[in-house]
Amino acid sequence: MDATEIGLWGVPLAILGGAIRVSTPFIFVSLGEAITERSGRINLGLEGTLVFGAMTAYGVAVMTNSPWLGLLAAALAGLCFGLFHGWICKFRGVNDIAIGIALMLFGSGLAFFFGKPFIKPKAPNLPAISFGGWSDIPQVQAALDVNVLFLIGAVLSVILWWAFRNTRAGLIVRVVGDSSDAARAMGLNPDTVRLLATGVGGALAGIGGAYLSLYYPGSWTERISSGQGLMAVALVIFARWNPLGCFAAALLFGGAGALGPALQSVGVTQGYYLFYAAPYILTLIIMIATSSPTRSLAGAPGELSITK
Amino acid sequence: MPALFGARGYPPALEWIARRAEAFVIPLVALIVGMALFSLFILAVGKSPILLYETMWRGGFGSWFSVQNSLSRAAPLLLAALCVALPARLGLVVIGGEGAIVLGGVGAAAIGVALSGAPSFVVILAMGVAGMAAGGIWIGAVGALRHYRAVNETISSLLMAYIAIALMNQLVEGPLRDPASLNKPSTQPLADIYRIGNIPGMDVHWGLVVGVVACILSWVLIEKTRWGFAARIAGGNVRAAQVQGLAVGPLIVGFTALAGGFAGLAGMLEVAAVQGSANASLAAGYGYTGILVAFLARHNPLAIIPVAILLGGIDASGGLIQRRLDLPDATVLVLQGMIFIVILFSETFYGRFKAFNPDLWKRPDLARGAA
Repeated sequence: MDATEIGLWGVPLAILGGAIRVSTPFIFVSLGEAITERSGRINLGLEGTLVFGAMTAYGVAVMTNSPWLGLLAAALAGLCFGLFHGWICKFRGVNDIAIGIALMLFGSGLAFFFGKPFIKPKAPNLPAISFGGWSDIPQVQAALDVNVLFLIGAVLSVILWWAFRNTRAGLIVRVVGDSSDAARAMGLNPDTVRLLATGVGGALAGIGGAYLSLYYPGSWTERISSGQGLMAVALVIFARWNPLGCFAAALLFGGAGALGPALQSVGVTQGYYLFYAAPYILTLIIMIATSSPTRSLAGAPGELSITK
Repeated sequence: MPALFGARGYPPALEWIARRAEAFVIPLVALIVGMALFSLFILAVGKSPILLYETMWRGGFGSWFSVQNSLSRAAPLLLAALCVALPARLGLVVIGGEGAIVLGGVGAAAIGVALSGAPSFVVILAMGVAGMAAGGIWIGAVGALRHYRAVNETISSLLMAYIAIALMNQLVEGPLRDPASLNKPSTQPLADIYRIGNIPGMDVHWGLVVGVVACILSWVLIEKTRWGFAARIAGGNVRAAQVQGLAVGPLIVGFTALAGGFAGLAGMLEVAAVQGSANASLAAGYGYTGILVAFLARHNPLAIIPVAILLGGIDASGGLIQRRLDLPDATVLVLQGMIFIVILFSETFYGRFKAFNPDLWKRPDLARGAA
């Protein structure tokens, strides 16, 4: 058999490679959302942050010719969106979920507004590291071209998992998320902690957006995200607010997202749009399977509105 | 003879107005503040806000032509907003109306083509039923998942909107495709006799009337029937409603299904009155603008009518703004987002102003110091 002709083996291989490629924004958004939700707020606006981050990163990278400056700009933009959400939600009667919906629409609208001139030009991409040098098969090499952000995301999820358990900051976030009253009794200001937690969450979502426009798919279009930020929010619930769980779930979602293109690459075109919908269907099935009307979710932050 | 002065020494009519003014004045002020903030944004990108609002007025309401255009756009917004407002009265935040619109349109187009040859009123009626059924099942499922499986309805409804759009693409490019539609895959075009025409004397299709009637019926349902009463109790406190013996499950499924049915009807009207067939144009974003309409109207079906016309006008002026001011078409989205945020922020001001709460008013005679 010719080395380049690997037939149906191409499907699992493409899914593996796709899982690594597609999962990276999920990793960053879900880690960011995990921090925010652990502090007791939910930010549905990360979808808008993701889109705005993608546009900012691409625009700055085009203008400065540096993908890293683009990444930094996206993180800063995400930080601003997160801080805004964290600030406005501290007012009585302001609903965090509704503000999230508004920011989702506002972030996307603002990204389309400023992103118009950047649809044409080509931006420099973020670098990838090749782990496939041991193989002669191009498909294997392609699958094992791993972007640095994926590796950073993997390390970050371990650090966050450790930090939630072992550091003072991690404990503070968890206390605020479980009980505002307990936090106040300890002399903490829940609003400040949530402001910072939402800000950091937004910055991570911005980085996820930078990955979208600067690596995969690697260009700025108005349909760049199509709900990935929202799926990442659902994924956090599935991962039980555990950063390691977020990483694993993101890989799973990445694999589902890669299913359509992988099947297409071996000539399966029937039902293309349905395979394209696989990540959404998977998210929905997982949400149905892991929710229960009778028991509250294990590990859920006590102050989180969606689990109350 | 009714008393001229109430217990607090003020005319009851004044107290009545004061209590109701809050729900009207606060959103109106928020709307103005949102537009003012948007003016700053427009100034910051180097354009004239005065020219912008003048263009917006001209494009939305300045002439009979533009008014008709705005009203045409308001029609689907009325129904899409009901898809948010009805579940909201039960305490649910459903934001996936776009999915119900899309599937309602596809369902209606499929029935319309399948029944071709039948009398036109039968076909149009069947299309309406099919559209409502498709949308109703879709959003009703969101409600059922919420109540029986505790699945968060906000996330599930939006996920289902993406699934619905994928389903539409699959159907329109596959089994339902008209081979003659090359560049833009569509279902077979409806025969002219199955199309919905315009209101006599206007260039606005009957969908506007359907939407207004749907809003009025929804208002009656919520405010004047026992189901609406039960829904408002359940929206306030689910536990209390269950203790009272209310069947919360059927109530939630029923309200969400009706809400989805209205959105599905919007899709049917887009197909039967505007597009003539189902295609990707169905996902035009009415479902998302509908969210803003519902929140601006504070989920009151009667208030939805003027708000939908206002936002229909803003929508309609998008093209003119693009041409006259050389701004991207997303300008309207930015404005909508800003208004949305300010409206949500304004929620914090309810109950804070004494002027809206006669219980806190001083007796006028006491206030004058002559007890």
